Amino acid sequence: MLAESLVLGAILFVLGTFGVLVRRNAIIVFLCIELQLNAVNLTFVALSRHLGIEGQLFVFFVMTVAAAEAAVGLAIIISLFRHFRSVSVENFNLLKW
Amino acid sequence: MADVLFYVFAAMAVGGAAGVVLQRNPVGSLLFMVGTLAAVAGIFVLLEAHFLAAIQVMVYAGAIMVLFLFVIMLLNLGHDYQADMKRGFGAFLAFAATGLLAGLLARQVGGAGESPIYQYFPGPEGMDRILAEQGVIGAVAQPLFTEYVVAFELVGILLLVALVGAVALARGRG
Repeated sequence: MLAESLVLGAILFVLGTFGVLVRRNAIIVFLCIELQLNAVNLTFVALSRHLGIEGQLFVFFVMTVAAAEAAVGLAIIISLFRHFRSVSVENFNLLKW
Repeated sequence: MADVLFYVFAAMAVGGAAGVVLQRNPVGSLLFMVGTLAAVAGIFVLLEAHFLAAIQVMVYAGAIMVLFLFVIMLLNLGHDYQADMKRGFGAFLAFAATGLLAGLLARQVGGAGESPIYQYFPGPEGMDRILAEQGVIGAVAQPLFTEYVVAFELVGILLLVALVGAVALARGRG
């Protein structure tokens, strides 16, 4: 089941990347980043089945960091919404050349 | 049996992920994401990571997705049905970058499972023995609270900082 799980992880990661690149709604972009993190978690768990328990520990840490990131990121989105009255990423172009 | 279940869960996960990317309504996207997370939790169970499957359902599908839903409701984006896909050159660039990434990943996955490095590790049978000896939780907890205890404490501090930062950012100036 190792190869199938790795393929599934790769498919989920690619779909997440596509979502990040193509969507305009900042919340959906954020959701797609969570999808990418989850695909990586799946890869870790699949490899931990063969290579030892450390992979599962790392997934535990990744989930914690994802939770922290979601909290801070959504707070940033709220404060951007206050400023622009929208969550479209087209508005956030201060660093764009 | 396990193989059939794996393919069912895999189809659910990929379908849900496609739904997340293609659904126009943010709430619909979020519900597809919950489905994907549940399917991945099922695959975790098939890979004998029962503890992580439980955490995935409780923390990810429970807490984090509800946080997203709260923000969507707070900002009143629930009936936002306009298409927000990028068009033209940006979409082409996204397709190209994604295709490149997919090709690279496919090349990497191609040789998985045959590398000679695998003989130095326990393998599925060894992992089954460890899980039978220490239990599903014990096998994760034992290294977590001994070898990796510093990382564990640092993650606690990270969560505290994220909490304070989120409150400070979302509260605004008022």
